[in-house]
Amino acid sequence: MTDAAIADAAVDREPASYLGAGHTLLSWLTTTDHKRIAILYAVSITLFFFIGGIAIGLVRLELMTPHGLFLTSDAYNRLFSLHGIIMVWFFLVPSIPATMGNFLLPLMIGAHDVAFPRLNLFSWYLYVFGAAFTVYALISGGVDTGWTFYTPLSTNYATGYVVAAAAGVFVVGFSSIATGVNFIATAHMLRAPGLTWFRLPLFVWAMYTVSMVMVLATPVLAMSLLLVIAERAFGLPIFDAARGGDPVLFQHLFWFYSHPAVYIMILPAMGVVSEVIPCFARRTIFGYAFMVYALIAIAVVGFMVWGHHMFVAGQSPLANLVFSFLSFIVAVPSAIKVFNWTATLHRAEITFEAPMLYALGFVGLFTIGGLTGLFLASVPIDIHATDTYFVIAHFHFVMVGGTVSAYMAGLHFWWPKVTGRMYSEAWARFAAITTFLGFNATFLPQFVMGWNGMPRRYHYYPDVFQAWHVMSSVGALILAVAYVLPLIYFGWSLIYGRRAGANPWNATGLEWQTSSPPPKENFHRIPRVDVEPYAYDAFVHLPMADNRTPPSLPSPASGGG
Amino acid sequence: MSNSQLRPMHIWLRPIAVWVALVLLGLASLISAYLPLNAFNTPLNLAIAGIMVILLWLFLMDLIGSDALIRLIAVAGLVWLSFMFALTFSDYFSRACEDQPGRPPAFCVDQNIGRGGF
Amino acid sequence: MSDAASALREPWPDLDRQRDGVSVGIWLFIASEVLFFGALFLGYAVYRALYPEAFRIAGAETEVFYGSVNLLLLLTSSVTMTIAVDASRHGMRRTVIACLALTILLGAAFLMFKGLEYSADIAKGLLPGAHFPLQPPQTQLFWGLYWVMTGVHAIHLAIGIAIVGAFAVMLWRRLLPIESPAMLGVATYWHFVDTVWIILFPLLYLVDRS
Repeated sequence: MTDAAIADAAVDREPASYLGAGHTLLSWLTTTDHKRIAILYAVSITLFFFIGGIAIGLVRLELMTPHGLFLTSDAYNRLFSLHGIIMVWFFLVPSIPATMGNFLLPLMIGAHDVAFPRLNLFSWYLYVFGAAFTVYALISGGVDTGWTFYTPLSTNYATGYVVAAAAGVFVVGFSSIATGVNFIATAHMLRAPGLTWFRLPLFVWAMYTVSMVMVLATPVLAMSLLLVIAERAFGLPIFDAARGGDPVLFQHLFWFYSHPAVYIMILPAMGVVSEVIPCFARRTIFGYAFMVYALIAIAVVGFMVWGHHMFVAGQSPLANLVFSFLSFIVAVPSAIKVFNWTATLHRAEITFEAPMLYALGFVGLFTIGGLTGLFLASVPIDIHATDTYFVIAHFHFVMVGGTVSAYMAGLHFWWPKVTGRMYSEAWARFAAITTFLGFNATFLPQFVMGWNGMPRRYHYYPDVFQAWHVMSSVGALILAVAYVLPLIYFGWSLIYGRRAGANPWNATGLEWQTSSPPPKENFHRIPRVDVEPYAYDAFVHLPMADNRTPPSLPSPASGGG
Repeated sequence: MSNSQLRPMHIWLRPIAVWVALVLLGLASLISAYLPLNAFNTPLNLAIAGIMVILLWLFLMDLIGSDALIRLIAVAGLVWLSFMFALTFSDYFSRACEDQPGRPPAFCVDQNIGRGGF
Repeated sequence: MSDAASALREPWPDLDRQRDGVSVGIWLFIASEVLFFGALFLGYAVYRALYPEAFRIAGAETEVFYGSVNLLLLLTSSVTMTIAVDASRHGMRRTVIACLALTILLGAAFLMFKGLEYSADIAKGLLPGAHFPLQPPQTQLFWGLYWVMTGVHAIHLAIGIAIVGAFAVMLWRRLLPIESPAMLGVATYWHFVDTVWIILFPLLYLVDRS
């Protein structure tokens, strides 16, 4: 027998992994196993990522010339709207929580599953159902309102499938809420013995705080969209200025959710980075307690800043001042986190595996995105930069440079745990570097042209911006290649990848104490936890990636590290 | 599993007492609405509604017998709602009377000076 | 008792913990519902602050009788629901099912009166649009909010009736034990629907009655 066959036979004799428990499609579609549900989500959101990506690929192609290439202006409007709607609600919001959160939360706290497994499956079906509505809107011709559905365009003047799109987003919102409820209950009620709150990995804290935001913010979005549907479909005046309605009220309701929504996108990313950096720096995280307080502060204060999207919408100057001040405040906890990640790296033994490359990229790109956010929080600067490409560049730095980078970091970090296979490190590093270069090539020019006056959402533009647009579009092509590469090498790894041991990264955390992939019930025996998280100082002399499960962590009392 | 030493009367007493209180409060709200109390009508009605909700939540939803986590979650929605109300009204209550439509009329004291806003 | 044990679900270690878990879960959902309806209340509050006179004119047209009867029905249904929960903790099977049935009946009666109220409103032409009978135009904002607020509430109530009904049937046919942890979830949701009506009542029916 070949070595590979012996190894395979050995795996077959191991306790059944969750992947082997049921081979039919029905067993996947009726599963209540959080790990399988995570994979269902992962497949779905990947599909939507590429649909949203193709939409913006067409837009970036179109923008190579100032007077249009192959799209009508109407088609152009519909494409960027769909890009926004799909990327925000069908990719970014569920991305890390519904995939990695679902897979890892029970593992990290030593539980058999989430608190409400059937609700978990239901949340995926809600997602699929909402997505179906939106795909219907897409193939029927789409909407041109932008992802923000502003009234009175959406309620009164827009042609297109506003009601269908709004309904789809309404439904997927409840998927978010269900996930949030599940995670909070799980974190409160199912932690392993000895796992006190301040022994939890920061990823768990991130899932907890993001769930708070999902549960409290999403219903307001649901209502704002319901009111748009009521006005558009049933003629009930809510925002109609002719009858005394205020379009700015819609914006208040919409942004009350949509600003916390960006924290829904960034908090899990911060959680992932807080897992990856300590592992590949072989150091405990700097300032664990403040990292926790910062997550909570972002989640809470993030609810009080939404008006900074409305500085020029007709809000009063006093409200502008209040929201601007609070927006400066909310930057502080984010900055604390960046300082702490940096301090973790100081004089550490850093290695540059793909997850670490993405995580380091996150820290840099998130910093730029966050700082440019501060520019925009300042009212006079925002009046110059609002509705220009400066804003687009800002939020893509945080959402793509930030969240998507962290998503990739997490995907690579936990891929061995989820699939039991190692991916090709060389190709992954190449993809990570290409992503970083492509991303900057795409979005840095957008800061410049936005500051110089290039408006967002415009189909035709003055010739003077063409050079920047071409740079940006070429960058987008590079970025697209970088995003397609993982599909290839991850797919390859599923069949030919080297089998991973329980803990290929020699990482701390309960998820690494069980086999790769884990058995259906996660742990044969619920572990007891007596150590602080990120006890990497005890590992400082253990080499990286020797693919053996390390000896058990020394307890703090024995003076380890 | 059921405890045979229970007294069935208990399960009727408190809910019925709360029902009586709620109905009386509801009646009070309804009747007071027809009294000429001018500016006090609405605050009184809302206050009574608030008391009814508190009674319902404390005694029928048994918050009084629940642990701290449940009470915290119960209050959380209201706290976040207060953020929404407070900051939204910080906009509406400070809009200028003539330059910026959308200011509550009670705040537009002097219509001739259209610069009542901040 | 095998009956009670059958209620235990993965991943809960014991029934008490599961019951606490259901409690946490349903209250989190209630928190989200507070914000869902809260957004509507914000809209109402903003427009009432902006157009107090129009809201007075519009509010005078609501059907106080139906609104009050419906308040009484829901308050009573909350009490029958509470008794059902307490009875379930003591294993009093017939009391539980009877009280659940009563709760459903009261809820259904609410919907019936709502239907009658809606017909009365429509007969008065109070559907915002070209032929709206009241002036100024801002009265249509009140009535737009009225239809949305009462409509969303009625949908929540209908869903509640369906859930309570299904739950009662499952208890009756012994598909679930009387001590089922789901009881608390069902009851809490029902009480919340009642809560919304308690707040809607003065906002919609007691506007400038004096």
